Amino acid sequence: MSDALRISGAGRLSQAKSARFTFDGQSYAGIEGDTLASALLANGVHLVGRSFKYHRPRGILSAGAEEPNALVQIVRDDARKTPNVRATVQELYDGLAANSQNRWPSLSFDVGAVNDLASPLFSAGFYYKTFMWPKAAWKSLYEPKIREAAGLGVSPDKPDLDHYSSRYAHCDVLVLGGGAAGIVAALAAAETGVRVILADEQASFGGSLRFESGAKIDGQDGFAWAQVAIAKLSAMDNVRVLPRTTAFGYYAQNFIGLVERVSDHLKAPGHDLPRERLWQVRAKRVVLASGAIERHMVFANNDRPGVMLAGAARTFLNHYGVAVGRNVGVYTANDSAYAAAIDLKKAGVSVAAIVDLRDNPTGPVIDEARALGIEINFGRAVIRAGGKLRVSSMTVQPKNGGGERTIPVDAILMSAGWTPSVHLFSQSRGKVAFNDETKRFVPGTYAQDCVSVGACNGTDGLSASVDEAYAAGAKAAKDAGAKTTNGTKPKVDASESWSRGMLGAAPGAGPDTTVKAFVDFQNDVTAKDIRQAVHEGMRSIEHVKRFTTNGMATDQGKTSNMHGLAIAAETLGKPIPEVGLTTFRAPYTPVTFGAIVSHARGPLFDPTRKTAIHPWAEAQGAVFEDVGQWKRAWYFPKPGENMHAAVDRECVAVRNQAGLFDASTLGKIEVVGPDAAKFMELLYTNPWEKLEPGRCRYGIMLREDGFIYDDGVVGRLAPDRFHVTTTTGGAPRVMNHMEDYLQTEFPHLNVWLTSITEQWAVIAVQGPKSRDIIAPLVEGIDMSDEALPHMSVREGKICGVPTRLFRMSFTGERGFEVNVPADHGQAVWEALWAEGQKHGATAYGTEAMHVLRAEKGYIIVGQDTDGTVTPNDAGLDWAVGKKKTDFVGIRGLKRPDLVAKGRKQLVGLKTKDPKVVLEEGAQIVEDPKQAIPMKMIGHVTSSYWSQNCGRSIALALVAGGRDRMGDTLYVPMPDGVIEVEVTGMVFFDETGGRLNG
Amino acid sequence: MLLIRCPYCEEERPELEFRNAGEAHIARSANISGESDDDFEKFFFIRSNPKGIIYERWRHMHGCARFFNAVRDTVTDKFVMTYKAGEPKPSKLPKNSNEGVAK
Amino acid sequence: MAKAAAKTTASSSVGRRPALAGRAISAAGVKVEVLPAAERMSLRAPEASLAALSKALGVTLPKKPKTSASKAGRTALWLGPDEWLVVDEAGKDPLADCAKVSVLHSSVGISHRNIAISVAGPGAEATVNSGCPQDLSLEAFPVGAASRTILGKAEIVLLRTAEDAFRVECWRSFSDYVFTFLSEGARDAAG
Repeated sequence: MSDALRISGAGRLSQAKSARFTFDGQSYAGIEGDTLASALLANGVHLVGRSFKYHRPRGILSAGAEEPNALVQIVRDDARKTPNVRATVQELYDGLAANSQNRWPSLSFDVGAVNDLASPLFSAGFYYKTFMWPKAAWKSLYEPKIREAAGLGVSPDKPDLDHYSSRYAHCDVLVLGGGAAGIVAALAAAETGVRVILADEQASFGGSLRFESGAKIDGQDGFAWAQVAIAKLSAMDNVRVLPRTTAFGYYAQNFIGLVERVSDHLKAPGHDLPRERLWQVRAKRVVLASGAIERHMVFANNDRPGVMLAGAARTFLNHYGVAVGRNVGVYTANDSAYAAAIDLKKAGVSVAAIVDLRDNPTGPVIDEARALGIEINFGRAVIRAGGKLRVSSMTVQPKNGGGERTIPVDAILMSAGWTPSVHLFSQSRGKVAFNDETKRFVPGTYAQDCVSVGACNGTDGLSASVDEAYAAGAKAAKDAGAKTTNGTKPKVDASESWSRGMLGAAPGAGPDTTVKAFVDFQNDVTAKDIRQAVHEGMRSIEHVKRFTTNGMATDQGKTSNMHGLAIAAETLGKPIPEVGLTTFRAPYTPVTFGAIVSHARGPLFDPTRKTAIHPWAEAQGAVFEDVGQWKRAWYFPKPGENMHAAVDRECVAVRNQAGLFDASTLGKIEVVGPDAAKFMELLYTNPWEKLEPGRCRYGIMLREDGFIYDDGVVGRLAPDRFHVTTTTGGAPRVMNHMEDYLQTEFPHLNVWLTSITEQWAVIAVQGPKSRDIIAPLVEGIDMSDEALPHMSVREGKICGVPTRLFRMSFTGERGFEVNVPADHGQAVWEALWAEGQKHGATAYGTEAMHVLRAEKGYIIVGQDTDGTVTPNDAGLDWAVGKKKTDFVGIRGLKRPDLVAKGRKQLVGLKTKDPKVVLEEGAQIVEDPKQAIPMKMIGHVTSSYWSQNCGRSIALALVAGGRDRMGDTLYVPMPDGVIEVEVTGMVFFDETGGRLNG
Repeated sequence: MLLIRCPYCEEERPELEFRNAGEAHIARSANISGESDDDFEKFFFIRSNPKGIIYERWRHMHGCARFFNAVRDTVTDKFVMTYKAGEPKPSKLPKNSNEGVAK
Repeated sequence: MAKAAAKTTASSSVGRRPALAGRAISAAGVKVEVLPAAERMSLRAPEASLAALSKALGVTLPKKPKTSASKAGRTALWLGPDEWLVVDEAGKDPLADCAKVSVLHSSVGISHRNIAISVAGPGAEATVNSGCPQDLSLEAFPVGAASRTILGKAEIVLLRTAEDAFRVECWRSFSDYVFTFLSEGARDAAG
């Protein structure tokens, strides 16, 4: 069987290179260079899938990316099962395994095909109309059922084993489409020496030269010329040639997204090869040479396997050497299908008849067909196709009615004409214009620096296309800065030319409403559906499209949009341009998530930031938590300890001996310059001018609206130098906020900001033994309380390396923060750890840090504040410089709402049952017996078990909180109401004596 | 991804390096503390949100790190021009290339 | 560079442990390698101070965007109109040189903040372009060109040290991400 369909002497594949493949488990022979589609056809297989809605048997319509029917699942292994692959695009490799989709139990007997019989139920707008009532059934019943039945193919359910890569590229001229026009434009541009990228979605360049047997350029067969030209371009240093590469999106300022399919065509892709590569190209000029797509004829049962585009049949014959049938019929409304009939006839295939809807066309191809003895019928229509799993006949009738005649055929080749591919042009925001004479939308008004050439520009004929493309390529290069031109335009010796055709439904497509004449194959939209949409009140093509889903499948209506539009226009009685064309959107063809994600997965999904001390914590078995991009040690469990036990132990040890804490992630900014203090005065609420060098202060930063933005301890190193700390998560935005004011509001200040977050590793040593641990390692700093009181900073050395030693505390204990250059961080930590072991010190993590600070009522910005809390709300009014005349937020603080009574204020909460730990975020009410919805007067912001206090502790924002000291409030929870008492925020060492303890 | 001309780097650079920073030419009063509620409302809350030409602040965040001003068309999303922070609002805009060109 | 490392160690009782020290990968046509520790300074200064600072540093601070200047192992990279990254690979501390200068400026030591990664070989440009959106052709980004930019989701400072070699600087905690990204890019550039 296969031998007869693979025509000896036809096509360009080498018969010697065989490749075996399977389809639905059955083994077949193909040839290297085949697509899956051509290989199936060579084996006489036309039935390859079932349609989306009616489960009708479907075959192969096209030979390219526009394919709506032949969607298959390619299975490489258990993890790699790619659905919805167009068989016309998938290149064959030895061992390829493909399965049909959307059928059960088998492709030839599919239970879902009952939908076809029930099709009167599934008319346009079916889902909108049917599942309206009862409303509650939508979520529980209809939606799940519809979802189960909907969709094409099955997604792989295992992680993708392939990898994908990405590349930014820049060029002077980007040529999209590698047919004759694209190649010529690329040559013209490349010869000037500018940077050129030429991309085509096919494995081989040539475009329609693959099937145009009549084309001759520079004395060679058209396709052969194309290969020579591509070889020449590939050898040029200034040119990048990308086969198997689809331009899927055209974005602002000539930014184009391309996907290169790198290894889907390989039998065994090497481990290092990505499956696909995403190219993000910025081009000075773009030349669009995307060609044209042939339209089908809209008549009854035009979807039967074996009914296909005439140009596709020609491609299968002239490129792949495959006859799509033994006895074919042709149905056309333009000249191009004649060439298919002629080529097939010459290859020994019987051509039963050509049926031409036109009345009396003339031309050389018609004469040639007639001379070959092919029966030609003018003014007639194919009103229906016969057969089910494969077309068996075509029924012909005069187009204005009359006697029917049924002609047996095993394939019908159809052509309603060619639609210029204006997708990318339209995506570039160019406006298409309708040419009334040729009934085509062609590029009209350009929005970007691009130009269309050849068939996508509505230019007919190879000679005209080559002329246009050469001039456009040279001009694009010149516009992009080329100085020279030294090329020669290729000479077209022979070409084919055709135009015109028809749009909309042919006579065999109704008005009988039981007829299924498909407009959109992939979404099962018929001519009747479009008419019905208009009858039901849809006027705009955008509404018709959404109501019928015409053009909304993954093929985006490449073959169907123009027919759908014409039928709607005809039904509306309006000219086509008045009904409008739907907008083309990216992607041109489906793009894998893998390509879009490319490198950004696994460890490259997002940067994971680790401190210099991280390896030590990891070795100690610390459990880490994510804080923004940082990994921070959360707690350090000893063998057998759970989190609770570890945190309790860490908290107690810090208060009784000492603890070491990695605070390196704190944001740090060095503020330097003669106006440093002035700048600090403006950015923080506190006064800074009088802060002496060597001293520190807790600073609060507001936004202009008066709400707390960030906080941190600031040390003055010198009159003109401050070491500012910020919250871990706030570091980048605080830096941005400070730069913003410095650059745009206070540019007169002589001060500069430098992020030093990562310059310094920070080791907090806290607890009564902290000084004993640090002192032996420090040189040049007097560690006495007199010389180094609480809230001071000194520069000196520790373990022989420079340090900025802060005496400060976020625990309420005597404490220090040892800053050392990051590369020394772990060594200094290890030295301090060794000292600490002599004093019973522990390492503690962020959880213990949180508990210890909450015991002291120290707030955490972003946890106890939420962007609506003022310093007064937080009980930090003391940190606002009362005599200051300006700082960011000073005016905001005076806003009526911010000084009103009853604002939420930060207070402490003690549960009446000390063992009960409140849930953070829990709401607080005055009266738990009130009707629901209750009036909520605040919420819990921080809540912990405090081993040091022997009870639970909590902080909360409560309306008028400071006036409620001692009051009982209630926290209603799903399993009962919790009674709490309002208290001050300090739960431990209220007098603060331990800071010097 | 847009290309944005940084007036400090003196060339167009990819949008990924930039960050928008809100409307431009909204001056913070030297005597902000004494400002009336109405004036503060205008300064802090009210933004023009025009359809068409907008004057904005951008920061070349991952480039020279400078804040600068830009004139952008909110309809076409095209940048008309950019200029340095502190420079006055341009009294005249360069001829807008927004209208398409027939080729 | 070995000299610099030795100097630091001698004066310290604890050794410098840079992130990713010694990491390198080779792909066909490109090598990605973590460079030895260096001295670095963030320098900020107005125009009027540049002459004095250039003199003190021994390298003329470049005033043109996207450029750098290099002398005796010390490179000054233009990052912004008043901002330079000064990298010294000869073991001399530029901070000390600036400390002697009285003209208006800000110098802040950031030797430990950054990690430098070298990307070298015929595939270097493609490797960096796997995540950096700038035009890195020799016309747009010639030898000596320097720019703060991005690589994937991290900020980097990029310096072209030769036609087929770049120095990529990033913050310490981003170095693992940046190195891994460049490794992936190198693997693809080789293919």
